[in-house]
Amino acid sequence: MGLLSDPYRRRALSRLILRLNTPLCLLSYVAGLGWFLALALPPVAPRTYMSENAMGSTMVEEQFAYGERALSYAREFAGHKKKAGGMPVAWLEKTMWNLGLEVYKQPFARTLPFPDETRERYMVKGTNVYGILRAPRAASTESLVLSVPCSEGQHNHQAVGLMLALASYFRGQIYWAKDIIFLVNEHDLLGMEAWLEAYHDVNITEMQSSGTLGRAGAIQAAVSLELSSDVVTSFDVAVEGLNGQLPNLDLVNLFHAFCQKNGLLCTIQGKLQRSDWDTLPAYAHSLQTLLLMVLKQGSGRPQGDHGLFLRYHIEAITLRGINSFRQYKYDMSTVGKTLEGMFRKLNNLLERLHQSYFFYLLPSLSRFVSISVYMPAFGFLILILILKALDLWMKLSKCDAGPAERLWDGDQGAAHAAVEEPRPGLLTLVPPLLICHATGLTLYFLPVLGQHVATQHFPVSEAEAVVLTVIAIYVAGLALPHNTHRVLTGSGSDRGWMTLKLLSLLYLAMQLGCIALVNFSLGFLLAVTMVPVAAAVQPTGPRYLYAALLVLVTPAVTLLLGIFLYQELIEYPVSVLECWQLFLQAVAGGLLDHYLYGSVVFPFVAIFLYPCWLLLWNVLFWK
Amino acid sequence: MAAAVPAARWARAAAALLLGCCGAALASGVQDQAEQFFKSGHTNNWAVLVCTSRFWFNYRHVANTLSVYRSVKRLGIPDSHIVLMLADDMACNPRNPKPATVFSHKNMELNVYGDDVEVDYRSYEVTVENFLRVLTGRIPPSTPRSKRLLSDDRSNILIYMTGHGGNGFLKFQDSEEITNVELADAFEQMWQKRRYNELLFIIDTCQGASMYERFYSPNIMALASSQVGEDSLSHQPDLGIGVHLMDRYTFYVLEFLEEIHPASQTNMNDLFQVCPKSLCVSTPGHRTDLFQRDPQNVLITDFFGSVRKVEITAETISLDPNLSAFESKPPKDELAAEPLKYAEQLPVAQIIHQCGDIAVLDSVFLWNSMEETSAHDMKK
Repeated sequence: MGLLSDPYRRRALSRLILRLNTPLCLLSYVAGLGWFLALALPPVAPRTYMSENAMGSTMVEEQFAYGERALSYAREFAGHKKKAGGMPVAWLEKTMWNLGLEVYKQPFARTLPFPDETRERYMVKGTNVYGILRAPRAASTESLVLSVPCSEGQHNHQAVGLMLALASYFRGQIYWAKDIIFLVNEHDLLGMEAWLEAYHDVNITEMQSSGTLGRAGAIQAAVSLELSSDVVTSFDVAVEGLNGQLPNLDLVNLFHAFCQKNGLLCTIQGKLQRSDWDTLPAYAHSLQTLLLMVLKQGSGRPQGDHGLFLRYHIEAITLRGINSFRQYKYDMSTVGKTLEGMFRKLNNLLERLHQSYFFYLLPSLSRFVSISVYMPAFGFLILILILKALDLWMKLSKCDAGPAERLWDGDQGAAHAAVEEPRPGLLTLVPPLLICHATGLTLYFLPVLGQHVATQHFPVSEAEAVVLTVIAIYVAGLALPHNTHRVLTGSGSDRGWMTLKLLSLLYLAMQLGCIALVNFSLGFLLAVTMVPVAAAVQPTGPRYLYAALLVLVTPAVTLLLGIFLYQELIEYPVSVLECWQLFLQAVAGGLLDHYLYGSVVFPFVAIFLYPCWLLLWNVLFWK
Repeated sequence: MAAAVPAARWARAAAALLLGCCGAALASGVQDQAEQFFKSGHTNNWAVLVCTSRFWFNYRHVANTLSVYRSVKRLGIPDSHIVLMLADDMACNPRNPKPATVFSHKNMELNVYGDDVEVDYRSYEVTVENFLRVLTGRIPPSTPRSKRLLSDDRSNILIYMTGHGGNGFLKFQDSEEITNVELADAFEQMWQKRRYNELLFIIDTCQGASMYERFYSPNIMALASSQVGEDSLSHQPDLGIGVHLMDRYTFYVLEFLEEIHPASQTNMNDLFQVCPKSLCVSTPGHRTDLFQRDPQNVLITDFFGSVRKVEITAETISLDPNLSAFESKPPKDELAAEPLKYAEQLPVAQIIHQCGDIAVLDSVFLWNSMEETSAHDMKK
């Protein structure tokens, strides 16, 4: 007979799970964590390679030599920007027109849910300016985008200059098969979101814009450029997008290939690759790079303007020029040549980039880990929840079983005690569930809706009011009355908490599984912290220890520790107070991301994860 | 007087008889020769050149095919006898930095597209069905003449195919494949309908040798650029255009063909030696077991050129034995002439070394006149 249908074998299996539960869970946890740490090892992470046949090798002759012209455009732009006190729309339009592009401008406006620290006002207005270079002999069915954010202050002038110089150079070539859109977007991500929504004629967020006038066909790929210095020492690439979505790996490979061809130093996460790859320091270096990517992807924030393109299935990356204290500097011509080479290769594409991976982790720029290699780490962690749930279920069903079966097993413990108690129905579980989810919904809706009330009563700004409301509701959830079940059935019963824990473990497993499919890093980070404590927590035993552990793994504290780890990894360690400030900023940022761009992290944590955590808290204080 | 005349007449008669016998003997030798001339060999040449890939990154396949087309035209096969099938989206591709050209050597030395290319099947017309219909002749009546392979049982056909292939198949335009079994059956149909005298099949793809494994019809010789399990590699990367311009095997075959002129006596064994593994990286292969003649005796121009066989004879040859033979009167002063030999079809040395028009005209005249003498002797 089969393994599960043979009663003898089933009993043996159940005995195995019941007896060896804790060792198996521990082993699974160690395996999951060890697997994750092994991802940075060279044999596990193969070298990257170009998958798209149409892009081929870097076989192209770059002839861009207008570095000086780029710098002069940059200086003009800086002057006009200062004079206009914002984005010099008229000057940009005139310059692009003189270069021979079709120029359009798009004014947009957005009411923020609450004014954040950088902008300090509710209404944000701006204008995007873009010029389209039409392909001379093709039908304008496809296009590429080179975008440069027009930020506040003295940033990104050289990027605008380089973009205009590239536009003038590209205009003189006849081999373009796709249109090229040169976009200058104001207010960074807001402007980009406004442009993308208008371009694709959708209305995902409540952006008010005039709509785009000029279109150039379906966008195949986009590059966002950030340069703030006349010379660069290295070029950094940012891949993480909104909700942890990543561009196709071929685009990153293309960038890496062209940087190598032009001798440009290229980095990812700001870290340069080491040449020795089988030593311990090199492993630590790769692990740091990997952890940085996991932390950034887990936050769900777009790490550059490119992050918003990914939702429309447009592969995009952000390139940042970095000017550090290295001796060897690269001028604008080299940077321009790299971009020219990349665009010529993208021009050769016949279909969207789809041959390479969409889900990957990068321990370095030339090595990658694909989803089939990193998912088992997460699987081992979820296995712990499943094992624990099976254990609880078997104990519960043993309570249901008659005395005869109990004699066969001879297992003592909680099952024995539970049999004598009256069996409460599932009705006892409904109040905790309802209360926890109500708290979650309050956490989601109240902060933004109640910010005006809060500012009236307390001397804080709106942003602070919102964040402090979030924290207040979060902490208040800990103190809610959990003992409603006592009213219904009497003292807390073992069956009750075991059923509730079973339910919450399965709920947690389902949530983490779903989120890991979309954003592996977020799922893994939450699993690594929450799963062992969730499996271990119970009302019997050292309650205060469990309480401390549970508070330690709550999503908010995970965020705090994550920020701390991030600062350590970028070699900019912070004190506790600064970490707290960053934490508050992160909470505000998470809320804004959700309202402005549709990030999923805040609603997920507030409506699903936090109630699940509260259920576990409920289990802890069952008696 | 009367006694001398009969003696002279006797001598003349004897001489005439002797000469007649000699003449008869000679005439019969020439007769045999003439019969031999018409028994073996081909009388016309055709070429079917197929490039099975499209898209910009397959530039080299179109350049391969066009280079072979150029060589075949140079050696004498006219456009009316070439069926050229190309995707033809390279010269006018928006990505081409030099529009209306297709280069076959890097640094843009040689434009094989030129201004007199006649593509018979272009773009989406290059399909497996059309290719097989061309070969077997099962063509709808509305097909124009330039798209037909009007070969007969005295035709030597050169079939050149290039593109992406695998073990036993060749990919047509990224949407369908032709298998080696289909190709072998198509050739068998051609044989049964007597649509060829001899066939030379050249294929330049990955694992090309698998395509000729299944042939079973007689008089087929096959060459391939790589064995089963090997890839054929590209050559000539050009940075200005951004693609590879040629494949290795065809590149070296072309270098070899550049040395061939219509009067060359180079034979097939030399073609088999083209592109050894050191240059080609893959191992070219060939198959001659179905071929009746020894490759040593097969000239390159039997397939690649349209070379008219010319026999110079001083005697009159009676093609119809029923007609009464008349005495041939060889002029006396030519009895001790130097031995006759085959004249050169085209006096290449003169053309190469004297670039003047007059020399060319002279040689053309010579060629034309030779053409005249044998034109009504040969059947078409």
